[in-house]
Amino acid sequence: MILMKKLLSGNEALALGAYHAGVAFASAYPGTPSTEIMEAVAVHKDIYAEWSTNEKVAVEVAMGACYAGARVMVSMKQVGLNVAADPFLAVSTTGVNGGFVLIEADDPGIHSSQGEQDNRHFAELAKVPILEPMDSQSAYDLMSCAFEISEQFDTPVMLRSTTRISHSKSIVEAKDARTASTLKIGFSLNMQRWVMLPVNARVRHVAMEERMLKLAAYGETFPFNKIEPGDRSLGIIATGISYQYAREVFPKASFLKLGMTYPPPEKLIRAFAAKVDRILVVEELDPFIEDHIKAMGIKCEGKQFIPRCGELNTDILEAAGRKMGIIKTPAPEKLTVPAELAKRPPLLCPGCPHTGFFYVLAGIGQRLKLPGAKDKVPGEPNLVVAGDIGCYTLGAYPPLNAMDTNGCMGSSIGTAIGMEKVGLNAKIVAVIGDSTFLHSGITPLVDAVYNQSKITVIITDNSTTAMTGHQEHPGTGISVQGLPGGKVVLEDVVKGVGVKNLAVVDSFNIKEIRTAVKSALDSNELSVVIVRGACVVHVPKHGETQIIDTKKCNQCGICLLVGCPAIQTTGKQPVIDAAMCTGCTVCAQVCPKQAIGPVSWLKAEAQN
Amino acid sequence: MSSKPKFDLLLTGVGGQGNILASDIIGEVALTAGYDVKKTDTLGMAQRGGSVVSHVRITEKVYSPLIQEGAVDILLAFEKLEGIRWVNYLRPGGIAIINDHALPPLSVNLGAEKYPSDAEVMQLLKQRTGKIYLVPGTLKATELGNARTLNIFMLGSLSVFLPFTVPDWQTAIQKHLPEKLWKLNMTAFAAGRKEIENVHV
Repeated sequence: MILMKKLLSGNEALALGAYHAGVAFASAYPGTPSTEIMEAVAVHKDIYAEWSTNEKVAVEVAMGACYAGARVMVSMKQVGLNVAADPFLAVSTTGVNGGFVLIEADDPGIHSSQGEQDNRHFAELAKVPILEPMDSQSAYDLMSCAFEISEQFDTPVMLRSTTRISHSKSIVEAKDARTASTLKIGFSLNMQRWVMLPVNARVRHVAMEERMLKLAAYGETFPFNKIEPGDRSLGIIATGISYQYAREVFPKASFLKLGMTYPPPEKLIRAFAAKVDRILVVEELDPFIEDHIKAMGIKCEGKQFIPRCGELNTDILEAAGRKMGIIKTPAPEKLTVPAELAKRPPLLCPGCPHTGFFYVLAGIGQRLKLPGAKDKVPGEPNLVVAGDIGCYTLGAYPPLNAMDTNGCMGSSIGTAIGMEKVGLNAKIVAVIGDSTFLHSGITPLVDAVYNQSKITVIITDNSTTAMTGHQEHPGTGISVQGLPGGKVVLEDVVKGVGVKNLAVVDSFNIKEIRTAVKSALDSNELSVVIVRGACVVHVPKHGETQIIDTKKCNQCGICLLVGCPAIQTTGKQPVIDAAMCTGCTVCAQVCPKQAIGPVSWLKAEAQN
Repeated sequence: MSSKPKFDLLLTGVGGQGNILASDIIGEVALTAGYDVKKTDTLGMAQRGGSVVSHVRITEKVYSPLIQEGAVDILLAFEKLEGIRWVNYLRPGGIAIINDHALPPLSVNLGAEKYPSDAEVMQLLKQRTGKIYLVPGTLKATELGNARTLNIFMLGSLSVFLPFTVPDWQTAIQKHLPEKLWKLNMTAFAAGRKEIENVHV
């Protein structure tokens, strides 16, 4: 077999490992940091791949494919598994036919998530083994192990990545060919096996417990659970990216690295414990391995020195080493960067289709204000915007200040309904993107119809899943493999569930948006406004570049309240950066002095 | 212990400037030259306009993809503010290559925060090192007719300090760019390489 050396991200390595291991079916919903796994596996046209409507559906379609004999993979970000918990536990209960690997990517440090959670608890809850790669090479290698374990032990397997594993590139020696699965597509009728009536589920629970015992025994000799001997004064048990940090900070220590962290290999851990004087468990987020080791009655240290919150790194481990008295050298002197250095938070792009309606909502809610200006809303808000997850969550930042809640995918509509039902004295708006609406906004909209809610729902439709890097979804009607698919029309869905008051407006027409939103807010019935305009990454130029006529401009600063990064200031004079302007004209529409127009318009004026 | 020298590189800039592609190309060159290499990007949730940082580590055997604070050998900043934001990562006496270009954040345009003056930028950098190279990357890339060649210009400047051959750089650049952009980008690379010999503050 020829091996090829490639520089791959963890996500690319997982996809290649799955492909080489004979995966036949892949499903996913985009979510940072897991998105690129699907993108990398979907390029192989000899497998079936789909963006599913959401993570729950992704697991369910994979479940069907695995029952029918295919090797399947499902990938999602950590909070995706919250959505998919129900079918994940279901497929654990039934067991599998073709190998079933669920890849989930945790996000320690919350680089791009709504929270920080350690999903290994889900695997313990579901009674499923966990594999944790430590770099791209082990991500590639563990994928084929995962399919073998799944089929051998009749269980789905969780492969846990993290942001740093998924989004780091390192060298991988890969095979040059795919091993096709030996399983045939077919379904054997077996009611006891596949229909989880209580009478069958009771039998399966016993089988699951037996399965965990067998897996624990298997883990004792699993080649990716490995002792690396060193000094006996310190023994480190580590997994994932934490292993790399620990290897660098404690180069002389003995190591037990765990590629399979659940169920933990008790005999191996005991053998390691006998060889070292002191054990430090190094893992990100919760003391998952540590607690299991302590439950075995083995003395170890961990979270009293290593933080539970955030991402680890070598600086943090070195500080822990000093606290433990292992590292004796003093910490090097650090250079402090001034705290007042101007920050650069993420922003809505110039020409973003979300900007216009946020500007309108901020105006209605009296939120628009330049930094340093007096607050216009001293008391209770007259408008509350329940938000959702996507680029548009950035509408919460100044100067727009137009998002007030954001919890989880699809929650905006339900949150708004609840606020209304307890009698909150304000206009209540839910803001949700097209992909998020299709993911999990439809069921709460049904709730709104059923329970006669009077909220206004704004669906901001940029016809893509923008924040995760522009993935297709049911509303675009194009598959992840670039093939034409069925297109779900948002208006049809909204009307179909029984919404009577529906308007569709252009994202870049402020007057149209204002009229529609005001009419919806005043209607005293459930209303939906679809604000539609393409993501600027797809349509980078809307029209002619805009320019500010400094003779007409009175420097009122209203254009700055749009929050467009292309509008900058020289002293107090706003100027438009021609390289950044997309010609969307939102700033021109809000200028009270008509001082903003296309470059040609000004030139023409100069000639007259 | 290790037979190969160590190069810990930190690339910083603003989303959309092409930093990630640049760090991918460095990784590719290092792989071709027989080094172990790891690279990782931290980009947050924005498509464009946010702070972007890439760590690239090159030596005999790399463990952590993240570089320790105060251990960076070369800081390659595509924007001035993003250069000084990470200067604490540079090791004392390390090399700082800074694109002499300002992209003021929105908060500065709104008047809430201030963009540091050139004197403040230099003062901060000098606390860490005397080896500061201010290069007119954006200016030169724009003169070449495509501001997007900035990242390859910056790689040209960086390349002077790394043990890889120009043909190896060329192969890696060509692997990551469409053929119609090869010539322009190799011109940008050569310009960046030449620039470093001329500008030393």
